[in-house]
Amino acid sequence: MRHSTFFWFFLPTALAMLLFIAFPIVSVVMQSVFAPHPAVLVEVETCTPLSGCQRETTIDQEATRALREAEPLGRFVGLDIFTDRGHLATSEIKAIWANSSTWNEVFQRLGNLPFYRAMMFTLVFTFIVTPFVILLGLLIALTVNALNARLKGLVIFFSLLPFVITPLIGALVLFWMIDSRGVLGSSIQWIFSDPNLSLKASTGLMWFSLILYGVWHAAPFAFVIFYAGLQTLPKDQIEAAQIDGATRLQQVRYVVVPHLMPLVTFVALIQLMDNFRVFEPIVGFNAAAHAQSLSWFIFNDLGGETRQLSSASASSVLTIIGVAILLSPVLVRTWRDFKGKA
Amino acid sequence: MFLKKVALVSALAVLSGTAVSACEISARVSVVGNEFPAIQTVGAEAKACSGAEVSTNLTKDHQSINVPGMQGNPAEYTSAIIANSSIVALMNEDVIRPLDDLVAKHGANLQSSQLIKIGGKVMAVAFMANAQHLMYRKDILDQIGVEPPKTYEDMIAAAKMIRDQGIMQNPIGGAYASGWNLAQEFNNMFLGYGGSHFKDGSAAPNVNSDAGVKALNMMKELSAYMNPDFLTHDSNATNAEYRAGNIALLNMWGSRAASQTTTDGVTDAVKNGHAIAGPMTVGGGSIPASTLWWDGWTVAKNISDEEAEATFVAMSNGIRPELMGNETIRTQAVWLIDGYTPTDAAIGVFEAAKMGTIPYPMLPYMGLMHSALGNELSDFMQGKESAEQALADVEAAYIAAAKEKGFLN
Amino acid sequence: MQSNAQKRPLGLQIAIYTFAGLWLLMAAFPFVWTVWGSFKVELDFFSIADWTYAITGERTKAEYGRPFTGAGYEGAWIKEEFWRNAINTFIVCFFVVCTSLTIGTLGGYALSRSAYKYTFFLLITALIFRAMPPVTLVAGYMLPFFEWNLWGILPTTIIVLVAINQPFTLWMLHSFFQSIPKELDESAKVDGCTQFQAFRNVIIPVMWPGVITTGLFSFLLAYNDFAVTSMLLAEENRTMVPQIAAFLGTTYTEGNVMFAVSAVVSATVPLFILVMFFQRQIVSGLVAGAVKG
Repeated sequence: MRHSTFFWFFLPTALAMLLFIAFPIVSVVMQSVFAPHPAVLVEVETCTPLSGCQRETTIDQEATRALREAEPLGRFVGLDIFTDRGHLATSEIKAIWANSSTWNEVFQRLGNLPFYRAMMFTLVFTFIVTPFVILLGLLIALTVNALNARLKGLVIFFSLLPFVITPLIGALVLFWMIDSRGVLGSSIQWIFSDPNLSLKASTGLMWFSLILYGVWHAAPFAFVIFYAGLQTLPKDQIEAAQIDGATRLQQVRYVVVPHLMPLVTFVALIQLMDNFRVFEPIVGFNAAAHAQSLSWFIFNDLGGETRQLSSASASSVLTIIGVAILLSPVLVRTWRDFKGKA
Repeated sequence: MFLKKVALVSALAVLSGTAVSACEISARVSVVGNEFPAIQTVGAEAKACSGAEVSTNLTKDHQSINVPGMQGNPAEYTSAIIANSSIVALMNEDVIRPLDDLVAKHGANLQSSQLIKIGGKVMAVAFMANAQHLMYRKDILDQIGVEPPKTYEDMIAAAKMIRDQGIMQNPIGGAYASGWNLAQEFNNMFLGYGGSHFKDGSAAPNVNSDAGVKALNMMKELSAYMNPDFLTHDSNATNAEYRAGNIALLNMWGSRAASQTTTDGVTDAVKNGHAIAGPMTVGGGSIPASTLWWDGWTVAKNISDEEAEATFVAMSNGIRPELMGNETIRTQAVWLIDGYTPTDAAIGVFEAAKMGTIPYPMLPYMGLMHSALGNELSDFMQGKESAEQALADVEAAYIAAAKEKGFLN
Repeated sequence: MQSNAQKRPLGLQIAIYTFAGLWLLMAAFPFVWTVWGSFKVELDFFSIADWTYAITGERTKAEYGRPFTGAGYEGAWIKEEFWRNAINTFIVCFFVVCTSLTIGTLGGYALSRSAYKYTFFLLITALIFRAMPPVTLVAGYMLPFFEWNLWGILPTTIIVLVAINQPFTLWMLHSFFQSIPKELDESAKVDGCTQFQAFRNVIIPVMWPGVITTGLFSFLLAYNDFAVTSMLLAEENRTMVPQIAAFLGTTYTEGNVMFAVSAVVSATVPLFILVMFFQRQIVSGLVAGAVKG
């Protein structure tokens, strides 16, 4: 395709992304290296209903305004926010390294730093959920494809439900079901005959529930993509394999999976990215005491009474970098494919 | 919207009772705020003004919207309805204006106690109050033969008796959900032990202290009598437990008192046994382990004086004393408005005020402290680390945030 | 794969149906539970006293004299006028799907048919764009949108949703276009068509399975989006999901959970119709696409 033709075909989508994603990313990066000016504090008398007056600190707006107007971007802090305790915590890491005697202690103390604690959960979640989603999605797609035509529509509809149902409510309903007195929680207690078992009170079981929810929620996504891919599977290839006497497993292994490979790569890319940004289940399950993620940090920074824009921006930049690192093997592969084709 | 309709119907009822509403405005009014029934009423009554358009955006995401919505010039919103915790964000960004001249001109109906004065200037007009206080099951306490607890120590003693007598396994309820709720419970307990969050007159943290450790240990002791999932229970979940008859004692928001017995499907035992009392003290202190809250409205800075005046007039109309004659409105909140006679559900909040409960601190950096507490205390509650370590973590997290925001160097 | 050349052995047949049944149970159970529970009162649905109440409806019986009540539906649809939010959702979904498919097919097609290196880097850039958490993007939009009076209205939300979903749409359509043989449009160009004519006359007729699948995802993303719609829409323009969230209440006040639950159940009905349509299209698309290819 000629450059100019390509340009016109690509222009509308490029514009949309440039305006609403690229510019905001630039401003987020700026925000992560600039912090608000030092606040000039004054003590004043504050009066509130039912309790009278007392002396309280507030910001001296006159004095602060002068600073703000001189440098509207804020004060330049370089990478300070990236290295503070809420993010990479470099000085804390050094301290831990210098005065811990055993590896166990190192890990113990690393787990006390929010960023590394969140990273542990995020990576475990990502690397368990992603392969299971692909596997389960493929199994469901093959199964649905083998069902008779009447059943297909029904099964597709119900298969899509976990993906479709509003995550807010989906998580709420499941959250309730796994409560120690909910239907699933009671069943689990009955299965293990331990009346005090509670999924929500233990970190390990909470992680397990979150992972289970992650797979349940995303499997339909993989399923639909693979199912659509199966529809374009050339019949002659399968027939050729059958004539060669390939077993069913071999047909799947040597014909179906290679045909679906680009789609598997696609699902893996999207899933790695989405799972790395895991957020909704943590909120829906009220799981912040047991599991946190980078996206949850951002939400927390932006949602408090005092919004921490610089901190949220730094977390966002770290998320992008994290995703880039995570995807790099897949990207290298795609690059080879691309060069191979060109 | 149902809530709005209720408010509107009651507004009409009031209007017909008091002949003509004298609310005439000449410039646009646009209000952003939270969405609970009392605020819906204020919004609907402000909309009753004629002469110019009054629009409201009442949503639970109001805190993320109000600052950007008032930063522009002219500001999208001419008024934000806020509480003592959230006015700080508006003050910090300097987007609200002093109201002294408008109070002098149009504030005849306001009581002086409604005026929120910061540095001698009126920055907001409060219309309702709230506080956490004791709610309990009278029938259960009668059964074990104890008076409603006045202190947290009594509460634990009563809980132990209830458990030992096999009435309930986990008799205490608490909104201990990790995050905002847990931090709020810590604030209560910490203030009850006489702690103060910051070193005098500065933004330096002061929670890793004797009072802090005592507060955490008391919370841990209480949690032994709670449902083991307490770290996931916010105030909604805690209330659901109470209504289902699973708990007998809880420290709960006064704004929830009226609905404890009126929700669909509450058992008769809970309906008949429900009672409320003032907040409890702790550790022999005289100040209750609770905080006082108010809700009020502000006027934006980046708008014309006409708009500011119209906003003041419309919002004053939303909280005019005549509304207190309406029974539905009267029970919606603990109003601070002239002519309000407290309902039974309001005694807890008034008791809290009488006992000298400390207002939730209106400090520029309190929000950062609250977030740090919410994130770092759950490890202690799960028994993963010591109280001292948890509080040291809180201070470290707070210091990082306060440095970023420019409150500490 | 259902060709008669190879009949499935009984064991495999049983395995397939067992697995399908198991998965159906897993996928549908929470939903069926929700549908059943939506006709109860909150204390039954979240039956803290005894989970069997959610099935039998003890508290609902005590309140309404029978184990089912439509109170949640009445509350959501009549009192709270949930239909307004439903209309908004359909406006948003319709325009999001149309816009994002239109510009996405053009872009995705161009990416799949150009062999220059920049196409690869464009795809990677799009992917990195997608890594940006939407919460942060939305927080960045607020101030300019308020400044330019674009905040709170449906068109702004539609464009933002289109843009945020564009990387995904591009990648997906790119993959689908790659599975359509290049010879098709190249032979058309040899016959004297321009690139656009080749696209219109040769590619459009065979691209539907991929486009419809992509459209389904665009639809679902727009339908379920919470981060963007909750922050960028004014109260009167709310779509269904932020409204459902509003039903749930806050720390300060009680929501009406049953309104939310019945709203969620109602919101699934149009999806049922959509999936039926989708299923038929993709099978007919198969006939149109794969046979020719």
